Amino acid sequence: MCRIPLRRIFAAVLCALPLAAAAAPPDTLAQRLRACTACHDDQGRQGTDAYYPRIAGKPYEYLYNQLRHFRDGRRHYPLMEGLLAHLSDEYLLTIARHFAALDVPYPPPEDNELSAEAATRARALVYEGDERRELPPCAACHDKALMGVQPAVPGLLGLPTDYIRAQLGAWRSGTRKAAAPDCMAEIARKLTPEEISVVSAWLSAQPAPAHGRPAARGGKPPMACGSVLDAEQGTAR
Amino acid sequence: MKRTLLVLSLLIGIAAVSIVWRNYRDEDAHPSPAATLSQEESIARGAYLARAGHCAGCHTARGGTPYAGGHAIPTPFGTLYAPNLTPDPETGIGAWTSDDFWRALHNGRAKDGRFLYPACPYPNYTKVTRADADALYAYLRSLPPVRQPNRPHELRFPYSTQLALAVWRALYFEPGVYEPDETRSAEWNRGAYLVNGLGHCSACHARRNALGATDSTLSGGTIPVQGWYAPSLHSKREASVAGWPREDIVALLKHGISPQASALGPMAAVVHGSTQHLSDADLRAMALYLSELPVHEDKAPEPPAVPPARLARGERVYAERCADCHGEQGEGVPGMYPPLAGNRAILLEPPVNTIRAVLNGGFPPATAGNPQPFGMPPYATLLSDEDVAAVVSYIRNAWGNRASPVNAWEVATEGRGIGVR
Repeated sequence: MCRIPLRRIFAAVLCALPLAAAAAPPDTLAQRLRACTACHDDQGRQGTDAYYPRIAGKPYEYLYNQLRHFRDGRRHYPLMEGLLAHLSDEYLLTIARHFAALDVPYPPPEDNELSAEAATRARALVYEGDERRELPPCAACHDKALMGVQPAVPGLLGLPTDYIRAQLGAWRSGTRKAAAPDCMAEIARKLTPEEISVVSAWLSAQPAPAHGRPAARGGKPPMACGSVLDAEQGTAR
Repeated sequence: MKRTLLVLSLLIGIAAVSIVWRNYRDEDAHPSPAATLSQEESIARGAYLARAGHCAGCHTARGGTPYAGGHAIPTPFGTLYAPNLTPDPETGIGAWTSDDFWRALHNGRAKDGRFLYPACPYPNYTKVTRADADALYAYLRSLPPVRQPNRPHELRFPYSTQLALAVWRALYFEPGVYEPDETRSAEWNRGAYLVNGLGHCSACHARRNALGATDSTLSGGTIPVQGWYAPSLHSKREASVAGWPREDIVALLKHGISPQASALGPMAAVVHGSTQHLSDADLRAMALYLSELPVHEDKAPEPPAVPPARLARGERVYAERCADCHGEQGEGVPGMYPPLAGNRAILLEPPVNTIRAVLNGGFPPATAGNPQPFGMPPYATLLSDEDVAAVVSYIRNAWGNRASPVNAWEVATEGRGIGVR
């Protein structure tokens, strides 16, 4: 009778199992940042819901500023604040550059139904502003293509309506802040809730170019903006 | 009747005298020693000691100017606001002398004589030597003055009164500079001085009574209001480092990670703001002292079993969400992800830290030795309370681990809704 060493085979299989199954996680920056991509998607696109915006391809200085704002209490979201609490400026800049360098396709625009009148009003605010109220157009700083300007002004396309509306609301109420002079806070306070609503809906309904990138250089901003000044003077870093 | 009244007023009189006496002990008996350091050296020494005491952790508001105060400290008695320590003459400590500063640190009294709240851990700082206090003073004086008025504390009656503080101090505050134990080495004494003095480890790692006083051991406790559990440094089941290689203890304090553990929650703040900046010699001394703390051999009561359905659900969630990094057998990846099998930090009672780690995720602190730490995602928005309860119960009872299960109610109350403070 042939005796099969069942116990030994069983033990050998048991030992081999974890080895066969587990591939060690790679020692890469992307792996280190899985804490970010669990919500923001592993390509830095919009994540689990509308409040986790796409971060891929945004200007690095803009991303760096936002990371510091969350860490230092100028922007508020408990999970972001907790994650960043004990990270250094150097690491935050590395993280910002990592996501800024990603080039992934934009999602299709939202299918927002805007009346012709609302669309006209939104377009006027985006491209012309309102001189009477000293309200500059979005395009003056965020570039004509609305894809932002390097290194500190973010693009406005490819974002969900809810996200844009929430940001303008947060600036208006003072829960989102940026470097002084905080131009966006000033602008958001001049906008009516209806204007915020139509502009947000209109922006998120515009298609973003497939590989749209922020413009390399912008024109002279119509008002003083702390984030842009800091970037020019290199004081952010 | 008359006699009762007499006895009563006598007793009150004795109590009042002893409260007054106990509040003014050990004052003015510590003149500055002859200076051995130049002004510049003294400032550098003070900057280092301020790190050891993590003074900026409370005296700097988030995103604010260092040491200008304004940081809120929530307590069960109300909210305290740390004052401005910059040398502004009106709103800071610009008008304070080194004797005034010494009295604040050593006796817990402000320049104007008021008693200070022990949220500033002067029951620990009282152990600091006069020479070190003078160096701290020199450093704070060297900071740029910032005009930022102190925000008044918001405390409930009677905690808002000086009388309540006087009674508290009479009961719980013992002024006195650290006295070396001659039977121990100089290194051990240095460690004890740092751990029990400026390091004020007992502010978190000790139990607090109903009036917020800690005992003199480091036997673990729940941090008031914040709710994190600071594990016992005397317990083999919790966070005793007896028997660890000394370099691993140093690594945890210096880099925020070590082969056995990584710093999480409030301890990550301590490593980030304080211990990573200390010299290897001081960290080794602290490690020696901590590893030689008396060990309490305490056996955990047998925890209740996990309901089988919750265990099965937890195993599924683990395979889907956690196994990639922490390994199928909870073995972790050295230097990247901590093991969960046999990891004391996830087996603590109460289980609040483990629940929060899953809900909030986190990065160990960025330090010189670990400048780009690996992070864990926050699962607060990705998993339901039931899934979090299941996976926490699972990891506390898989691979030979054994600890109490967690239910969805605990996740909702102790983790969610509390968020980051």
